[in-house]
Amino acid sequence: MAKQFMKGNDAIIVGALAAGCRAYYGYPITPASEVAHAAALHFPALGGVFIQAESEVSAINMVYGTAGMGIRTMTASSSPGFSLKQEGLSYCAGAELPCVVVNIVRGGPGLGNIAPEQADYFQITKGGGHGNYRLIALAPNGAQEMCDLTMKAFELADKYRNPACIMADGITGQMMEVVDIPKGVTDLPDHSEWSVTGEPETSGNLVSSIVLDPHDLEDHNLKLDAKYKEIMANEVIFEEYKTEDADLIVVAYGVVSRIVYSTVDMARKQGLKVGLLRPITLWPFPTEVIARLAGTASQFLAVELSTGQMVEDVQLAVNGKVPVHFYGRCGGVVPGSKELLDEFTKIMEGVTQS
Amino acid sequence: MKTFEKSNGFYQVFERKSGPAKEATHYCPGCGHGNVHKMIAESMEELGLTKRTVFVSPVGCSVFGYYYFDCGNFQAAHGRAAAVATAVKRTNPDAIVISYQGDGDLAAIGTAETIHAANRGENITVFFVNNAIYGMTGGQMAPTTMIGQRSATTPLGRKADIHGNPIRMCEMLATLPAPTYIERVAIGHSKHIMKARKAIKKALRIQAEGKGYSFVEIVSACPTGWKMDPVASRDWLVNDMLKVFPLGVFKDEGDNLDDDSWKRHFEPFDKDKVDVYLDRMKSAVGEVEPTVLPKDLNCKFAGFGGQGILTLGLFLSQIGMRGGHHVSWFPAYGPEMRGGTANCSVNLSTNRIGTPLVDHPNVLVVMNQPSLDLFEKDVVDGGTIIIDSTVVEGTADTKRLNVVTIPASDIADEVGTPKVANVVILGALVAATDAFTPEFCESTLRAIIKKKSLIDMNMEAFRRGYDFVKNS
Ligand SMILES: Cc1ncc(C[n+]2csc(CCOP(=O)(O)OP(=O)(O)O)c2C)c(N)n1
Ligand code: SF4
Ligand SMILES: [Mg+2]
Repeated sequence: MAKQFMKGNDAIIVGALAAGCRAYYGYPITPASEVAHAAALHFPALGGVFIQAESEVSAINMVYGTAGMGIRTMTASSSPGFSLKQEGLSYCAGAELPCVVVNIVRGGPGLGNIAPEQADYFQITKGGGHGNYRLIALAPNGAQEMCDLTMKAFELADKYRNPACIMADGITGQMMEVVDIPKGVTDLPDHSEWSVTGEPETSGNLVSSIVLDPHDLEDHNLKLDAKYKEIMANEVIFEEYKTEDADLIVVAYGVVSRIVYSTVDMARKQGLKVGLLRPITLWPFPTEVIARLAGTASQFLAVELSTGQMVEDVQLAVNGKVPVHFYGRCGGVVPGSKELLDEFTKIMEGVTQS
Repeated sequence: MKTFEKSNGFYQVFERKSGPAKEATHYCPGCGHGNVHKMIAESMEELGLTKRTVFVSPVGCSVFGYYYFDCGNFQAAHGRAAAVATAVKRTNPDAIVISYQGDGDLAAIGTAETIHAANRGENITVFFVNNAIYGMTGGQMAPTTMIGQRSATTPLGRKADIHGNPIRMCEMLATLPAPTYIERVAIGHSKHIMKARKAIKKALRIQAEGKGYSFVEIVSACPTGWKMDPVASRDWLVNDMLKVFPLGVFKDEGDNLDDDSWKRHFEPFDKDKVDVYLDRMKSAVGEVEPTVLPKDLNCKFAGFGGQGILTLGLFLSQIGMRGGHHVSWFPAYGPEMRGGTANCSVNLSTNRIGTPLVDHPNVLVVMNQPSLDLFEKDVVDGGTIIIDSTVVEGTADTKRLNVVTIPASDIADEVGTPKVANVVILGALVAATDAFTPEFCESTLRAIIKKKSLIDMNMEAFRRGYDFVKNS
């Protein structure tokens, strides 16, 4: 298989090209700009579209345009720019348009800084814009997954006619790893039933999110809700590492899961029974597996680059059965594995004491 | 309620419209939108464009454009019709794309999208209905509201020093080089209406011929928002509005352009083409040739920017990749980089790599003094530290660490350029760790160094570093 050593941010574009994405619309922002740089190089070279839009607002509305034609399209940004895309994402969800939006999350709130954080979790997994909708949210933790989960995001977006989001961070974006370069997808879905392409076959179609009558809009919302329930039932992806016999389950995603993975090994060497549960889809969240693990583990710890966001979903899943602890760093501070090991030890000693 | 004399550009029955009156529009009597719709529908038909047309409705009273036009329809977010239209046109250059917008939509919330679509010369047509008011939301001030005009948010009339002056979009857009055709017309008297019809058709023809961006501003009445009857509205429009919004052609390059001169290129997905393209991205090191790594390397490379610290990491990483190992490379980025120092973390492992950040290296390379001071204490017991003694004066704790001091920069100078000091270090690192054979490294470097003229120097640099350690 063809391999290349590449940055996560570049791997996103490789995955997008392989997935048949034909148009990229974006606005520069650190640490997501490299995604745009790669797109600017590769999309036109393959006869596709790259536009540096006048703002993230404009970029997401361009995505709305191409997505409404049933053509695979994407945009990428970082936190402040992702905030600007919220209205557009709500429109995409309302009009049921498949598209992919990447958020290389940085430190917030406000201008914050360009260092890695995971504090956009709420915005990404709970809707973000107005109205009843969800984004399908995937959290890669390495360059290969930046590529593969981008392809997966396009597939899920098309399957459910819903925007899908890649949530990553500056480390996963900047880090280089070996990537198996994929082949292009073999077929793309036919969206001519609903899309508006400018060809006579689709001239009877309408792309819109407006539903005037309250009963009709309620029906539309219920239809979306049923779709979201189907996604929750069928599309959860997660990874378990040494969870079978673990007393302490650490829940972490993205770059943090990489650090925890190392720390679990360190802890095991000291005889501490720690395991990692890593959500790969943040929405749908791996609620069931966490509920199951709450039957075997004696406590949980959520580690995040935030002051505590995903931990709420862990608590909901654990549902009071066992204690759920939280350890977070933010502002761009990334905990080292020794720091996490100390935290694990403290928590587990707390158990033996009680 | 006005009933159209139905052009085939319209649906014969407005099925998407709620309520019983499925043949009449939702516009108020005397509203300009209805007239403009009719002219667009007729022009689309006359030019034979209807079935290829994508009509983008804005937010405003014309939000329901899709009730009427018998073509492909989009409904866009407030102000974003030009962005949506841009994308539709770019991903199907054969479509005829209409962005239909009110003054609030186009000249307030959507100003940026408007100007930039024009500036890129998008091959679309923008129909701009200037009725000097926000009709849909109940008659608030628009960017085009006249001085003295009362509205829900200018109850005492618009004042220049408080609310600014009415914006003239045609004049503004005409300063841009890209647009092909810009004209302002009015739904006033019949002579105005005839000119409006011609302009609308011309704008669509320019697009159909691939001649670029066309923009027609239509000054029209909003009797409801203006709180006037239709006749008084028309008189005010003609007598007052046209003084501020003079009619005329502001730009007309259509006759000077060849057909399709603004037509953009787009190709749909072609798997074969994508496969060939992606395959070309593969690494120059070629197929994996599995090697045995005596032990995992967790490296930190640090020095000044410009010493090739990051490249050192990339070289080692690619050697590791060719050896079939798990590899990660992570540069310190952001403000840390600004102080003139550079560092990167590199892991080579037989197993999956956890954290890519190397806090406790078993191999540390320092190419400046501050890096030695900063990172020495982090190296694990028994780890290796490689010091470029040309640049760094001090040495490290030889009891705890395997310390290699090598005048890498001096050796590089002897080889011919200070730029290869990092490769001297690489040779030393490979010798000190026995991670790879020198031959394996050399053949990898040959493959990945892009400037072929530099290969010999790099080979020599690597060998000198390698031999320095092995012979000392
Ligand atoms: C983001 C957003 N802000 C505000 C509105 C409310 N809104 C709907 S239409 C409109 C103004 C429309 O005025 P104009 O574009 O002049 O259209 P007209 O109704 O006069 O034809 C406003 C402010 C909205 N729908 N979305
Ligand atoms: S409010 Fe004004 S713009 Fe809206 S339909 Fe009535 S007359 Fe036309
Ligand atoms: Mg208006």
